[in-house]
Amino acid sequence: MAFDEKKSTFDVIGSRPLRPDGLDKVTGRAKFGADAYAPGMLHAAVVRSPHAHARIVKIDTSKAEAMKGVKAVVTRADFATGLKGENWNILENVMAGEKALYDGHAVAAVAATSALAAKDAMKAIEVTYEVLPHVTDVDEAMKEGAPVIREGAVSPGTPEGMHPNVVGYHESGHGDVDKGFAEADLVIEDTFKTEATHQGYIEPHACLAQMGNDGKGEVWCCTQGHFNVAKVCAHLLGTDASQIRVTASEIGGGFGGKTAVFIEPVALALSKKSNRPVKLVMSRSEVFRATGPTSSTSMDVKIGMKKDGTITAASGVFRLQGGAFPGSPAEFTAMCSFAPYNLENVKQIGWDVMTNRPKQAAYRAPGSPMAAFAVESVIDTLCNELGLDPLEVRLKNCSKTGTRANFGITWDQIGLEETLLQAQAHPHYSAPLGPNQGRGISCGFWFNHGGETAVSLALSEDGTVSVSVGTPDIGGSRASMGMMAAEELGIPYEKVRTTIADTATLGYNEISHGSRVTYASGLATIEAARDTIRKLCKRAAAKWGIDEDAVIWEDGCAKPSGPNAGEFEPMTLQQIARKMGATGGPIVGHYEATPEGAGVSFATHIVDAEVDQETGSTSITRYTVVQDAGKAIHPSYVEGQFQGGAAQGIGWALNEEYIYGEDGRLQNAGFLDYRIPVASDLPMIDCVIVEVPNPGHPYGVRGVGETSICPPLAAIANAVSNAVGIRMKQLPMSPPRILAALDAEGK
Amino acid sequence: MQFHTPDTFEEASRLLAAETGTARVLAGGTDVLVQLRSDIVVPDTLVDIKRIEGVKEIVGENGGWRIGAAVSGAELSEHRQVKAEWPGIVEALDLVGSTQIQGRCTLTGNLCNASPAADSVPAMIAAGATVSITGPNGTREAKVEDIPVSPGKTSLSPGEIVSSVFLPARGANGGDAYLRFIPRTEMDIAVVGASVSMNVEGGKVASARVALGAVAPTALLVEDAAAAIIGTSLDDDAMAKLAAAASAACNPISDKRGTIEFRTRVAGVLARRAAKIAYERATS
Amino acid sequence: MIHVTTSVNGDEMEFVCDPRETLLDALRDRLQLTGAKEGCGTGDCGACSVTKDGRLVCACLVLAAEAEGSEIGTVEGIAEGEDLHVLQQKFLEHAALQCGICTPGILVATKALLEKNPNPTETEVRYWLAGNLCRCTGYDKIIRAVMDAAAEMREAA
Repeated sequence: MAFDEKKSTFDVIGSRPLRPDGLDKVTGRAKFGADAYAPGMLHAAVVRSPHAHARIVKIDTSKAEAMKGVKAVVTRADFATGLKGENWNILENVMAGEKALYDGHAVAAVAATSALAAKDAMKAIEVTYEVLPHVTDVDEAMKEGAPVIREGAVSPGTPEGMHPNVVGYHESGHGDVDKGFAEADLVIEDTFKTEATHQGYIEPHACLAQMGNDGKGEVWCCTQGHFNVAKVCAHLLGTDASQIRVTASEIGGGFGGKTAVFIEPVALALSKKSNRPVKLVMSRSEVFRATGPTSSTSMDVKIGMKKDGTITAASGVFRLQGGAFPGSPAEFTAMCSFAPYNLENVKQIGWDVMTNRPKQAAYRAPGSPMAAFAVESVIDTLCNELGLDPLEVRLKNCSKTGTRANFGITWDQIGLEETLLQAQAHPHYSAPLGPNQGRGISCGFWFNHGGETAVSLALSEDGTVSVSVGTPDIGGSRASMGMMAAEELGIPYEKVRTTIADTATLGYNEISHGSRVTYASGLATIEAARDTIRKLCKRAAAKWGIDEDAVIWEDGCAKPSGPNAGEFEPMTLQQIARKMGATGGPIVGHYEATPEGAGVSFATHIVDAEVDQETGSTSITRYTVVQDAGKAIHPSYVEGQFQGGAAQGIGWALNEEYIYGEDGRLQNAGFLDYRIPVASDLPMIDCVIVEVPNPGHPYGVRGVGETSICPPLAAIANAVSNAVGIRMKQLPMSPPRILAALDAEGK
Repeated sequence: MQFHTPDTFEEASRLLAAETGTARVLAGGTDVLVQLRSDIVVPDTLVDIKRIEGVKEIVGENGGWRIGAAVSGAELSEHRQVKAEWPGIVEALDLVGSTQIQGRCTLTGNLCNASPAADSVPAMIAAGATVSITGPNGTREAKVEDIPVSPGKTSLSPGEIVSSVFLPARGANGGDAYLRFIPRTEMDIAVVGASVSMNVEGGKVASARVALGAVAPTALLVEDAAAAIIGTSLDDDAMAKLAAAASAACNPISDKRGTIEFRTRVAGVLARRAAKIAYERATS
Repeated sequence: MIHVTTSVNGDEMEFVCDPRETLLDALRDRLQLTGAKEGCGTGDCGACSVTKDGRLVCACLVLAAEAEGSEIGTVEGIAEGEDLHVLQQKFLEHAALQCGICTPGILVATKALLEKNPNPTETEVRYWLAGNLCRCTGYDKIIRAVMDAAAEMREAA
């Protein structure tokens, strides 16, 4: 077969085999971040600022250092100096310098012979603070006179004359929005707010690290990107990336939150100082206070519509606080906002704002769900006012293959319209509603990503295959990689074992983010398999004494390409592998590239909500996800991504929020009051997998992990608003907020 | 921290009284361990009472039930007779935490933790429950509503320890119910709790007690609310008066779990809904 | 330090511990049974679910010293030799795990449920598992796996 061929019929792809890591995970022997132990290991604990904003006057470690079992204490002085740009930002976040910038900011750390000894010593470290005024709200932080988090953090392109906390600006669009609004029969403009949420992975950050004064280090940790951990640790400790070998443990959830580095450099610094392996595990409270939640937002959206449902113009201003550092996804929010719609006149602006909160990190399609909440709410308000069916209006205006996106590109093959049509045809959309129930729909969009990727595929003598990938498996990707390798090679899935290689044994791999793994590592696995096949065919050709171009690979065998090539018995993979030592040595296929054909993904969600009008309590009674997956490699894991995104969106919409007190301290740093959905909160989540192939992948794969969280906030807000007859403009729609809204309307 | 496993309440009392620092009793541990691990309270002395004879027993007494201090929520829920007579109390304790918490949590612990939001406390108050206390000066009985005095504080003297809870005889045509409001369906601390216990004669409420949780520094016994329904068959007017009296009794705070307005309003709603269930139970 | 003798998955075990250590600390750090996970340390997530004398509990909310003379059951004791329990098999077949960190706790909890109630409704399963947080799956496939396992166990019984 030709190697650039797009496949459309499959033997393995689309089936649902058991995952390779499954047995370990149901028997309790899978090793996660905190499950590693080393001889002579110390335990570490981190001193954290109780203040939202404070100058660090003095750190007295003498009492702690004198305690029994204490082997090392580190502060900022134990890390590299002279760092610039993002490296400095990461170090400043990992260990505070002159100022503590948020409640929970690391100030010092200690390693001792037991976890309790470390905790006791941590309490004995005395830090003197000069408390400074703080700000945690995005709108407040932009105002004149707001406390300045840090001078000099402004990105190029940010308009002058803004408060120093305003550090980034994005503007895009096309057409003339004023002209468009003038052509509308109805224009609605509203302001929306969303609170910060946390990814809420159940496994806290954990690592085991070892480093000597030769600059060589070993790290075991739960991360979405171990190559990035190696790079960051090398910078922060002033050593070389190749000297730090990082092994990714099994990872207990990430959702973007484990793309950032927090504890590994600290454990390495403690290890270097004590010359002992050091284990550092965050508590749940530390995870909430000191890792990366989402941005909170404040958004203005204006949309004009004709009586027939045609959108004439749309504009949006999206203000995101990203904590005490630049880098909130304001640009993504702006770009995703109107992506589902084919608009003649559109303009979107994003503002990146700093506050005294932890540095935000990615959370599943960072920035997109909030934008969808604001935009899809206004579209529904217009539909309600004009008496139009919200799904028909979306069909009428939706982006299609070849239309121009709100941020300038021309859409390649996309499947939004298919998701809308399938939603419309789904029995859920026409099912009757009960009393106090409302139905909401929403579209959602995410870019998806390719990124630096390397895969290696090695043959064993018995004809089985070992695939080494460099992207930590955060949702079953080892199964997908194994399936793609098996598909290409024409061998059973069970004959392939996929491993996440450590940083010393494979080329650099970008983090498992951007829904890139099944796309990019999948593409690389397919290409590495094809590279292997070329080598297999070469061996067969040599054996037969014919030209390599006269050999093809079919059904797991090398065969002469036609009658002219000669008459030879096909050779199986096993037959070639058995002889490989004598016919030229080991056979290993490779692929290294930065694939850029990640296909974008759209989804449409339908949700029914029931509101108790006496208490403001909302329950989700039915939920349907319709999303374009391009091609579902393992449909169960695609459904799992759809369901997981929907469930997280339900939490975000209804109950999850970072609650800061007047003192700037986080008040709900635990699963008791940071309320993620529990099993009894949710209905079954129905899934429809749409498959409009991505032209940029040999099988048509699009990333699926992130788009699933884009529509839920908006769909649920529309459902609740329809149930109570009031437009809800702030998330979460907690019972007190709903009851207050009902009160305000006199209902 | 010193850890003790005494065999008698008298010994437990002596250990607690002897501690000049912080002393705590360990029964189910679902509050004590959370506080210990969060560094909120690290006791100098911890007294595990689960090796004392009888602490896991539920015994009939004078037509009512004596419930040992270490009887877990799961054990109480499995006791058919107590559940039939005092479903409100059993359900209230059952609402505390998860299935896992139910394996450990106790009525006594829920009371002595002195949280204003403790689910079983309004239910016990509505029932007219009492507790037995062992202390340096012997034993005494006290009403449940007299134990908590403010968030986290009880009226127990140093060395005093609650050994059991007594649920009085249910009496004819009795019923109770407890409802709480939480944002999710499970796993939250009550934002508002309301319990109603009543006896009904000839279709009318003959006697009633109404108690509220999470709307004041301690659980409240609201006599005005009970008065609103006594002598009625819970007609709309009586229900409205009950709700108004419940709301009027509230003295809540605004915090991460709810606002003053929300708690005040929903206390009335839940009192009404709980009264309806209690009445149905009393008359069925 | 306190000396504790206990039984874990039927095996007698001994360890010494600080009185402040939890059963979860002891299982993981003293006995190297790392199947039970610490997701919160406050009884809110259920990842450390074990049974103590037949009762489902959070190991993070039991002191290690309380294990004296107890029978502890953990995820490591669910399979019999190389034969998986029906629940474990169904979790694999239904793809009821993504990251797998909550899986040990959920398996211990559902095994306890099915021993008490072999024929639970979907609602009963959901409420029983309300203290076992899963952030990946939205619970859908977990509930399906439990219902399927319950049906198969009833058939086999």
